[in-house]
Amino acid sequence: MPAGSGERDPAQDEAHFRYVLRLGDTSLVLAQRLSEWIGHAPALEEDLGLANLALDLLGQARLLLTYAGELEGRGRDEDALAFLRDAPDFVNLALAEQPNGDFGQTIVRQWLIDTWQLEMYTALSASADTRLAAIAAKALRETRYHHRFSSGWLMRLGDGTPESQRRAQRALDDLWRFTAELFAPDETDERMSRAGIAPQLPELAARWSARVDEDLRAATLRRPPDQPYPWHGKRGEHTEHLGHMLPAMQHLQRTYPGVRW
Amino acid sequence: MSEDWPLFEVFIRSRSGLEHKHVGSLHATDARMAIEHARDVYTRRQEGVSIWVVRSVDIVASDPEEADALFEPARDKVYRHPTFYAIPEEVKNL
Repeated sequence: MPAGSGERDPAQDEAHFRYVLRLGDTSLVLAQRLSEWIGHAPALEEDLGLANLALDLLGQARLLLTYAGELEGRGRDEDALAFLRDAPDFVNLALAEQPNGDFGQTIVRQWLIDTWQLEMYTALSASADTRLAAIAAKALRETRYHHRFSSGWLMRLGDGTPESQRRAQRALDDLWRFTAELFAPDETDERMSRAGIAPQLPELAARWSARVDEDLRAATLRRPPDQPYPWHGKRGEHTEHLGHMLPAMQHLQRTYPGVRW
Repeated sequence: MSEDWPLFEVFIRSRSGLEHKHVGSLHATDARMAIEHARDVYTRRQEGVSIWVVRSVDIVASDPEEADALFEPARDKVYRHPTFYAIPEEVKNL
């Protein structure tokens, strides 16, 4: 979006819409996953804790999807985007849609996304897109707490009993392959960086990596080797898990379109 | 659960309050988690700006059996209330 150029560039507008949609979808899908814990968490207090994270993420998703709908300009609001799209139209990070597994897997997934969001929202707070910057600034405050929560648990599990150590390491080994997508820029990312709307992902990757190493050291867990990845969630190429998750999330709107409380 | 997740007492200072008030108790594995749980359980509706937690076993409480000995003697000493005394005109700001 070069300032002063009066003509709209459709490719640029499309990239802007997709970029905001990706952020919103990642928050939405993770919120839905976390809400699956409600009534099942290991303690009443954890039940509330996870639900609180889910609510923060849902709030972010609402702001981002509403904005994405406006950028798209085809009259889709947050509900239309959340409840009336199929899996291939979702552009969340594939990491966010991975199943809850045991508590260790939920915590490792949460921590990986929290550390990513910390870097993303910090950078986006200075975005040339002032509306996105305002959403990021609000989300950053929430994310700092999320990271406090998840890194605390990572430490307790990693540096806990042999059983909790084993499970946390297994979750990390299993989920690590999805982290390659976090900082791999595609054309949408690059367009947005050039316009000053989005950060340069490789720069963020270095800061993310340092924080991850620090947390893993404290948790006495081993960082797995990097792997190439076949999932491009932000291009709509998902693991099978998203397709299984969406019917539960969208059931009400799909069955009773336009239903209101 | 009770062994790994001991009970903590939670004290919250509200935005306008000057002191921390006891609001309830919860289970947590350690102090850091107790603060997080207290935040999630007791400050969801902006109830507070500061949290104290303390292990319930670390609270030393008076024995209800001793209530008579401890508190009864104060009953007939109403003059200890400041309202018992007439305040002279000259005294301001009391």
